[in-house]
Amino acid sequence: MRFMMIVVPKAYENAAADFVPPADLIAKMTKYNDSLTKAGVLLGLDGLTPPAKGARVKFAGGTPKVVDGPFTESKELVGGYWMLQVKSQAEAIEWAKRAPMLDGDVIEVRQVQEIEDLPPDVRKAAGR
Amino acid sequence: MSDIHEAIDAVWRIESARLIAGLARMVRDVGLAEDLAQEALLAALERWPASGVPDNPGAWLMATAKHRAIDALRRGKMVERKHETLAPELEARQVSPEDELHRAIDDDVGDDLLRLMFTACHPVLSTEARLALTLRLLGGLTTEEIARAFLSPVATVAQRIVRAKRTLAEARVPFEVPRGADRAARLSSVLEVIYLIFNEGYTATAGADWTRPPLCDEALRLGRILAELEPQEPEVHGLVALMEIQGSRLRARVRPSGEPVLLLDQDRSRWDRLLIGRGLAAFERVEALGGTLGPYALQAAIAVCHARAATAEDTDWTRITALYDALAQLTPSPVIEVNRAVAYAMAFGPAAGLEIVEALAGEPSLASYHLLPSVRGDFLEKLGRRDEARAEFERAASLTRNERERALLLARAAAAGRPNS
Repeated sequence: MRFMMIVVPKAYENAAADFVPPADLIAKMTKYNDSLTKAGVLLGLDGLTPPAKGARVKFAGGTPKVVDGPFTESKELVGGYWMLQVKSQAEAIEWAKRAPMLDGDVIEVRQVQEIEDLPPDVRKAAGR
Repeated sequence: MSDIHEAIDAVWRIESARLIAGLARMVRDVGLAEDLAQEALLAALERWPASGVPDNPGAWLMATAKHRAIDALRRGKMVERKHETLAPELEARQVSPEDELHRAIDDDVGDDLLRLMFTACHPVLSTEARLALTLRLLGGLTTEEIARAFLSPVATVAQRIVRAKRTLAEARVPFEVPRGADRAARLSSVLEVIYLIFNEGYTATAGADWTRPPLCDEALRLGRILAELEPQEPEVHGLVALMEIQGSRLRARVRPSGEPVLLLDQDRSRWDRLLIGRGLAAFERVEALGGTLGPYALQAAIAVCHARAATAEDTDWTRITALYDALAQLTPSPVIEVNRAVAYAMAFGPAAGLEIVEALAGEPSLASYHLLPSVRGDFLEKLGRRDEARAEFERAASLTRNERERALLLARAAAAGRPNS
């Protein structure tokens, strides 16, 4: 089973565009990433630059509308992800619990949707 | 299963191999180490439902297993030979067995994991025993899970594991990573076991399903762990690259109806790009280490050729023939020759392929191998030698045990027998 652990750092709610995580946190994160690699469960990971540098394309009323960051009204902004190959959701959760996060941070654990698990009509629409 | 039991399962999955490896170094007996780890698991199953999972569950299991080990040591439960080997060492260092245990288990566990892999794949064990023990000790799988994976009765697998542990103890197999000349052969055995697990998932030898992806996932996990433990071994990365790329095709390999889809007929948009990327990266590690390519690296290089081709027509068959030539030199086998013939036919035309398979005509190990006449029939048909092609397809049909394949071969035989339209 493939799971994505999505990081929602509290600091990203009001981080400036040039915000960079502190070196000691990066060091801890690197150690954690190594532990995932050594356990053979890590497929990939990425960290995202602050939301202040991003943009949103909003869909409402027919025409997509572009909003540039920072998104001052928004909470729970994504900061990055790990992609894991594990045997169960509980295993993914156990790995998430071990991540070196700061107070107020959240890791959302979500399973990757496999086409094979969808009903036949949806699979057909997807060309499978 | 309740949440707490799922959580305990997950902790076991993550911690068990390191736990067993650390204990095995101390008690010098993989079987006893596993028993101690299992006792710690039982203690967790007893206590955690009430207390909750501790903050550091791995340390809790370690501490509990350590206590059991010390109890066992005190009660003299460990078999005599362990005292023989353990006692002088402890006396020489003038430390108590308890201190020694604590020290050993707190050490870095990477080396111990590697020792555990080499021990579980020791040549004193049968291949089946190596597979079962590796999945049990390194994969943290239960006997029931292993039995399900290999479609064997639970009792058979349980027996196999008990016997394997006894064999290791009786043969006094040291808990170590072999040095010197022995090392390469022993590493080969580890790689072979991992690849056998992968292949059992990739092309199941029995059962209703053509593939069993969980076994592929398990083998990939073991391979990735080994790649971190043995980063200087090109063949380890070769095997990982091969499995990542083959694994990337799993979804494209089976129709929804369960029928197999051969490589050149697969919908390449269904290949898993993430795994292909990982496979290419693993192969770069092989190349960065330099030297001539070993058997796994050569097979990985062939897989890389396919992975890099956007369509079947884009395949670099000339390079694949060169890789098969190297593979056939390194590990000659009739089956590799058949594959080499197919590559030659794709690169240089059916006559080139036919020349290679003709040389295999009297090969006794291929007497009942249906792919040989099937491939030969294909070459002959393309060369316009239709009567001979028909006979080959019919022979292939009589040899295959797969119904779908037989029907296909008979249809090809019939088509070859019809006059040109």
